[in-house]
Amino acid sequence: MAAAVPPFERFYEAHSTEVFRFLGRRVGRDRAEDAFQETFLRALRAYPRLEHGEHLRAWVLTIASRIVLDDVRRRRPEGELPELATEDERPAFEELAPLTDELPPKERAAVVLRYGYDLDYQEIGGALGSSEAAARQAASAGVRRLRKERQ
Amino acid sequence: MTDMLSPALDERFREAAAAEGLLDVAYDVLEDTPIGALLVGVTDRGVCRITFDPEPERELDLLARLYGSRVLRASRPVDRLRLELDEYFEGRRRHFDVETDVRVMPEFNRRVLAELARVEYGDTTTYGALAARVGNARAARAVGTVMNRNPVPIVLPCHRVVGASGKLVGYGGGLDRKEQLLRLEGALL
Repeated sequence: MAAAVPPFERFYEAHSTEVFRFLGRRVGRDRAEDAFQETFLRALRAYPRLEHGEHLRAWVLTIASRIVLDDVRRRRPEGELPELATEDERPAFEELAPLTDELPPKERAAVVLRYGYDLDYQEIGGALGSSEAAARQAASAGVRRLRKERQ
Repeated sequence: MTDMLSPALDERFREAAAAEGLLDVAYDVLEDTPIGALLVGVTDRGVCRITFDPEPERELDLLARLYGSRVLRASRPVDRLRLELDEYFEGRRRHFDVETDVRVMPEFNRRVLAELARVEYGDTTTYGALAARVGNARAARAVGTVMNRNPVPIVLPCHRVVGASGKLVGYGGGLDRKEQLLRLEGALL
């Protein structure tokens, strides 16, 4: 049986520090405060629709990632193209969100965290509540699926 | 450490969550009332929970099961109750103005609790008398059970219900507290 959705207080206590650090690394400490509040307000709005308490850590980090994307989009002047991370042809993370919308949630999270945020597989495994190997597998399955879809 | 979540930011989120009406229950623990720590819970309809000697983890699960999973500690929604309790304990308040929310209780319990709410400060009544007021004078024992499960003691004054002999009989928060509350109200010398 899947774990029950915990009371929000317990979920918040378990993940707030990590989410705040994650946001601090992505948008800087100043903007992290607003992003933090927005992340947990969004989580709170969506919370009654959760059907089980599995993968809540990955879930809230995904919400935080979306807020980072929104923040980046807002700050980019109109019409300016996003910078591409060129050295290894990884798309910049703001490019990834629309591309990965169709992926299964776990693959999507793995792809975005790996190629968008440059987390290593151990970190991604931690975020998804799975092993390093499973995270690697989810990311490469996601990339394969994306290639297939784009052909 | 600079990347720690500051207490101010934590509070800011909790306040925003309550202000946006996103909580099923806001709760807080009042650490040092004259009768010890109290956990108090509030919904958008009123006070739904007052617990003596609370075990917060257990209370969280209970509140989530009864009212919904969005249970969060937040002090602002509890401010009015906190103030009224302070005044009550200082002897400056004889009647609570906060609303109560006992919708999760069975119908019989709600009827008994509604009658209980009319027992005045400084007065006492008996289990049998309260039973008679809800139309079944022989239901004293059932009324005792309702008192024992009263989700909002103090505000709904189950401490004012005593045995037919005048003995205090029982109290969810312990007989010492019942005695203390009745003394505060001048119902016991």
